[in-house]
Amino acid sequence: MATKNKKLSLKDKYQYLTRDMAWEPSYQKKEDIFPYERFEGIKITDWDKWEDPFRLTMDAYWKYQAEKEKKLYAIFDAFAQNNGHQNISDARYVNALKLFLTGVSPLEYGAFQGYAKVGRHFSGAGARVACQMQSIDELRHVQTQLHAMSHYNKHFNGLHDFAHMHDRVWFLSVPKSFFDDARSAGPFEFLTAISFSFEYVLTNLLFVPFMSGAAYNGDMATVTFGFSAQSDEARHMTLGLEVIKFMLEQHEDNVPIVQHWIDKWFWRGYRLLSLVSMMMDYMLPNKVMSWKDAWEVYYEQNGGALFKDLERYGIRPPKYQDVANDGKNHISHQLWSTFYQYSHATNFHTWLPSAAEMDWLSEQYPDTFDKYYRPRFEHWQKMQDKGERFYNNTLPQLCQVCQVPTLFTEHGDPTQLSLRTLEHEGERYHFCSDGCCDIFKYEPEKYIQSWLPVHQIYQGNCEGADVETVVSKYYHINIGQDNFDYVGSPDHQRWQAIKGNRPLGGDDDSRDAA
Amino acid sequence: MSQLAFIVFQDNDNARYLVEAIAEDNPHAEVQHHPAMIRIQAEKRLVINRATVEEKIGREWDVQEMLLDVISIGGNVDEDEDHFILEWKN
Amino acid sequence: MSVKALYQYSAEPRDLQANFNGMQLVYLYWPNHLLFCSPFAFLASPEMSMGEFCEQVVRPAIAAHPQAAGLDFGQAQWQLNNQPFSPDPALSLAQNGVAHKALLTLRVPGLDGIAGGAI
Repeated sequence: MATKNKKLSLKDKYQYLTRDMAWEPSYQKKEDIFPYERFEGIKITDWDKWEDPFRLTMDAYWKYQAEKEKKLYAIFDAFAQNNGHQNISDARYVNALKLFLTGVSPLEYGAFQGYAKVGRHFSGAGARVACQMQSIDELRHVQTQLHAMSHYNKHFNGLHDFAHMHDRVWFLSVPKSFFDDARSAGPFEFLTAISFSFEYVLTNLLFVPFMSGAAYNGDMATVTFGFSAQSDEARHMTLGLEVIKFMLEQHEDNVPIVQHWIDKWFWRGYRLLSLVSMMMDYMLPNKVMSWKDAWEVYYEQNGGALFKDLERYGIRPPKYQDVANDGKNHISHQLWSTFYQYSHATNFHTWLPSAAEMDWLSEQYPDTFDKYYRPRFEHWQKMQDKGERFYNNTLPQLCQVCQVPTLFTEHGDPTQLSLRTLEHEGERYHFCSDGCCDIFKYEPEKYIQSWLPVHQIYQGNCEGADVETVVSKYYHINIGQDNFDYVGSPDHQRWQAIKGNRPLGGDDDSRDAA
Repeated sequence: MSQLAFIVFQDNDNARYLVEAIAEDNPHAEVQHHPAMIRIQAEKRLVINRATVEEKIGREWDVQEMLLDVISIGGNVDEDEDHFILEWKN
Repeated sequence: MSVKALYQYSAEPRDLQANFNGMQLVYLYWPNHLLFCSPFAFLASPEMSMGEFCEQVVRPAIAAHPQAAGLDFGQAQWQLNNQPFSPDPALSLAQNGVAHKALLTLRVPGLDGIAGGAI
């Protein structure tokens, strides 16, 4: 079989782009041009060993990206023109999109900035090209997500001010601080954090089963932007794996540094993804896969294969992986319970799972749901039936590192909260886990500066002393429109009208009608 | 321990030919259909051969065209003009 | 360990007591009552008595729980930052040693939650 390439081979083209178009500086010192390359302690002896297995050149990059965009926007147009929002499974589903828009899309923008920065700061041209392409990809992701969501914004509440909310709303400090932590690190830690731990090890859990779930719930726009973004992800994941292998192959002194970063960013990412766990188990009306199953396939199985592969470099699986694996049976229920009780302070609605949904959860979580979580939901149902829908009117303790309320339970004891505390230079700090506590101990100066939303409210920095003022004035959440229970909300009523059902009178059976 | 190399495609017209070609060239692979996506997994190694895809799709096909339809991968990547390989090496 | 940086890196804690306008933070955990997702974060005056703190701050916070109604703080077995603790209800938080960002754990015999602690 003759090879079809008549001109330059892929390898040659890539070589020209990433090596021969770079140059050695003559009148400035390399250290001055790339000042961030050494302070993290990573030793690079030969940048020419950098490999990008995709060998994508700029002409091919533009060609394929343009084609993806054309396909994507044709579908957005079709979705909008055909009132696609009326064909989703149920309006409860849209609440997952509200969380996505305020929690995830701004991270895409953060990634665009982050990769633009590190793409400037590596002296190796191959790494620079890969980071610059990824930077452009990430900008595309945030733009396409906003375009997709703008249609929903015309028909549902809570989507009106995502960038403002991302900077201020209490639970959005979880994704925001995650990315700020990565972006304020050096370039090699940034790549380990985002390219490897997040993109390679963890984001499959968001973009693969959740997007498949979007399709299963009739959301053509979201599945299309999700998979279009994810088609770039194959390259990003490859960059993540290559950068790890590159650092490990360059110098043995890099191994412990990289291992520490893997431990840290696995745990940071795992905590961040706890938000996704409840999206999968509670916010998709048509269920496609439980969080537990997704964790088993995309972390335990895939992560297992990956870390076995990396053994040859002296890398072991991330610390506290066992705690995370145990958590697959619990975190979605714990997170949903938390958002349910703080739903007066969110830009999306929550609700109690229906009887059929609870049966599905029992089936998926035979060891934990009936024992630890069903009684809580049934108790809340009884309260709700009496017209006393439960809201927690206090503020929660937050973890100093991940900024999630300290809601997780002990490994092996699901009735006790996992709480850790220590004193550092006369100040006391609290954590949700050993994982977060270890991260603090390694770089305390970084995390003593955490902008914890609860503490900021109490310091008087959020335009009000009571929750209602903070939520409306500081967060820009429209009270009675965006927040509280789904049942009886304007979204719910609108959905009933779309479906031609009777307008909602607040009857108890309305939840099942939804 | 099992080490699965995998690739996930959007469930669309292009991908159907790709999946057909992969299934033919990787008899040990398992094809799973999920809403809107197709996942193919195989112990240790998966290969896409340009020649097989061209035969299925009935036209010239550039290996990098797979970038349009891929959603996720697992394994070390090795790509050239004639094939795309995913492999765990340890 | 400390932050690796290109310069001498130092930082001030963001949540020093001085930033709370004369008040302090107190956290309270009521084990086996997972109706409440996490420990509470309260803002309180260091001069507030422990008794007032229990009745005016803690009691309304836990009121939604069925076991809160008859709760007698006189029977409580306390912990302060995970150590056994016997506060004097007449003395202030500060005098009792409940410092800024302290974690109090509340246990009352017989009130062990509902459904094995699920609620």
